[in-house]
Amino acid sequence: MELLSSLGDGFLVALTFQNIGLALLGCLLGTIMGALPGLGPSNGVAILIPLAFTLGLDATPALILLTSVYYGAMYGGRISSILLNIPGDEPAMMTCLDGYPMARKGQAGEALALSGIASFVGAFFATWGLVFLAPQLVKVALLFGPAEYFALFVLAFATLGGISSTNQAKAAFAAALGLGLAMIGVDTQTGVPRFTFGEVHLYDGIDFLVAIVGLFALSEVFIFLEHRGTDKDSSTGPKVQIGRIIPPWSMVRSCIPTMARTSVLGFIAGVLPGAGASLGSFISYSMEKRLVDRENTFGTGDPRGVAAPETGNNAAAGGALVPMLALGVPGSGTTAVLLAVLLALNITPGPLLFTNNPDVVWGLIAALFIGNVMLLVLNIPMIGLFTRVLMVPPRILMPIVAMISFVGIYGISGSTFDLVVMILFGIGGWVLRKLDVPLVPIILGTLLGNEMEVNLRRAVTIADGDYSVLFGSPLTIGLWSIAIIGFIMPMVAGKMLKRRMQLAKKTGEDTDLVD
Amino acid sequence: MSDRIFGGIGLVLAIFFGIQATMIEVAFMSDAVGPSVFPIIVATIMGLASIYFLVKPDPAPDWPQAGRLAEIGFAVLVLFAYAQLLPVLGFVVATMFAAGYLAWRLGSKPVEAVLVGIGTSVGIYVVFRLILGLSLARGPLGF
Repeated sequence: MELLSSLGDGFLVALTFQNIGLALLGCLLGTIMGALPGLGPSNGVAILIPLAFTLGLDATPALILLTSVYYGAMYGGRISSILLNIPGDEPAMMTCLDGYPMARKGQAGEALALSGIASFVGAFFATWGLVFLAPQLVKVALLFGPAEYFALFVLAFATLGGISSTNQAKAAFAAALGLGLAMIGVDTQTGVPRFTFGEVHLYDGIDFLVAIVGLFALSEVFIFLEHRGTDKDSSTGPKVQIGRIIPPWSMVRSCIPTMARTSVLGFIAGVLPGAGASLGSFISYSMEKRLVDRENTFGTGDPRGVAAPETGNNAAAGGALVPMLALGVPGSGTTAVLLAVLLALNITPGPLLFTNNPDVVWGLIAALFIGNVMLLVLNIPMIGLFTRVLMVPPRILMPIVAMISFVGIYGISGSTFDLVVMILFGIGGWVLRKLDVPLVPIILGTLLGNEMEVNLRRAVTIADGDYSVLFGSPLTIGLWSIAIIGFIMPMVAGKMLKRRMQLAKKTGEDTDLVD
Repeated sequence: MSDRIFGGIGLVLAIFFGIQATMIEVAFMSDAVGPSVFPIIVATIMGLASIYFLVKPDPAPDWPQAGRLAEIGFAVLVLFAYAQLLPVLGFVVATMFAAGYLAWRLGSKPVEAVLVGIGTSVGIYVVFRLILGLSLARGPLGF
C-alpha cells in the first residue's frame, strides 16, 4: 500500500502543465529519433542532455523529458523496421523479420498499430515491475558498504560488455579507457592534480557530457560521411503503402498470450546487467518462434512475430531502469546515458535516491505511465505523421544533428576547449566503432570512475590498509562471483548468440550502438 | 593488422598512463590507498587487453578508401575551424558555413547545401535562442 501512495504522490508531481508538456515533447522527439535510422535512443538522449541542462530544468522535469525520449525511441524504432526494412535502432532489428513482410503484403498499417499496442503492453508491465522491484532492490542495496559497492561496480563493468560484445578484451579495454579518462583532474580526496599536464582546463576533469555527445552523436556523422553513396547508405528505400491502421480484433487477440509471455521475459532481460533492450527483443522473438510457430509462418509476416520483439524490447527498456535507479548501476547503454543526467544534476542515484529524493523517483515513474499512454495515442492514430519524418534524408538530418550537438555543449560551458575535446571524442568514437570496441563501457567508466575509486579507497582505509576487505563479506564474494561468471560466460555463449543475431539481421550493420 | 596497431597504441598508452600514475605527487595528508593505486590498476587492465589484441587480433575492419578518409579528415578540420571561429563570427554565420559544408559533403546539391546551412543555422537560432533563451555565441553582428 505504501508503494501505491508513493506512486500517487508521484502522479501529483508529474501532473503539472510543465511536466505533461515535457513528457509530450519527449515522446514526440523520442519517436522521431527512434524512427530515423542513425539516431537511436542513446544518441538521441545524449544530444538532449546538455540542452535540458542549459535550459535550467529542475531534476524531475529534466528526467521526465529524457526518459520520455527513451521510451519514445523504443516505440519509434519499429517504424522504419516495418516500412523500410531498416531498423531505426538496434532493438528494433528483430521487428524487421516479420514487420517488413507484413508491410509487403499491404498490412503496414496493421503491423504498425499492432506493434504500437505491443510496445504499450511491454512498457506498461515493465513500469509496474519497476514500481515493485526497485524498492525491494533498494532494501538489499542499503546493506551495501564501500567494499560491496566496489564489487558491484566491477560487476557492472564485467557484464556490460557482456553479451553484445564479440570480444571481451575490447570491452575490458573500453572500460579501462573510460576509467582512465575519469581519473583526469584533481583527486577528490587529496587535492592532487592527476594527468592534467599543467593544462588548467583539465583540472576539473573531462566533462562526461562532452564525452557522451562526442562519442555517440558526432561519431555517427562521421559514419554517414564514410558511407555516403554506397550500398550501406540507408537513404534509399522502397516506398510502402500504409493501408488500414486499425488491426482487426482477432489479430490482436491472437497475440495476447505472446505479449504476456514476452513482457515478463523482456523485463527480466532488462533488469539483468549488460543485457538491455536488444537482447530483450531477440530472446522474445526466438522463444515465441520456438513456442508458437507451428506452421512456420514466422519470418513471413506473422503478427505474433511483430508483437513478440516489440513487447520484449519495450519491457526490457523499463526493466533496465531498475538497476539504474535502485543501485546507480545502469544495465544498458541508454540507461548509462540517463545516469549521466542524474549526475549532471547533482543527484546521486542508488538506494539513497529513494529516501532523499522520493519526488524525483516517483515523479519519474508516474511520468513513465503518462508518457506510455501518450505514446500509444501518438503511435496509432498519428502514425502517418512519423512516417513522413522518415522521408528526411541523412544529408539534411546529419548536419542538424551535428550542429545541435555543438549548441548543447557550447551552451553548458561557453568554451571552445570543450568543443575541441568533443570533436576529438567524435573521431575517436568513429575509430573505436570501426575496430568493434564497444562505446558504452567507456561512457560508464567516465561516469562511475571516481565513485568506484572513492569506494575502493574508503573500504581499504576503513580496514586500515587491508585489501582483503574487498572480498571480506559473503555479499562481496557473491558479487565478485557473478562478475567473474558474467565476464567469462559471454566468451562461450556470447559468440553463438551474436552469430545468430548477425544471421537474423540481414541489414542495417550501422545501427550498431547498443540500445 | 588493424588490431595489432591498435594493441600497440593501447600498450603505449597504458604504459604512459601507468608511469604518470606513479609520478603523482602524494599530498602531505593521504588515505591508506593514495591517489596512484587505482590508476595503476586501470593501466594494468588496459595493458593486458592491449597485449591480447597483439597476440590474438580480430580480422581487420573495412577501412574506407583514402578518398573517404580524406573526406572525414576534412570534416574534422572544418569542425575544428568551426569551434575556433564560433566566438569570432558569431553563431549564425559560423553555423551556416559548417552545416552547409556537412550537407554538401553528405550528398546535397550545392543549392540545397546552402539552403540546409541557412535553414539549420536560422532554425536553431530561432528555437534555442529566441524561444528557449539559450546563450549562443555572439559575433560582431550581435547574433
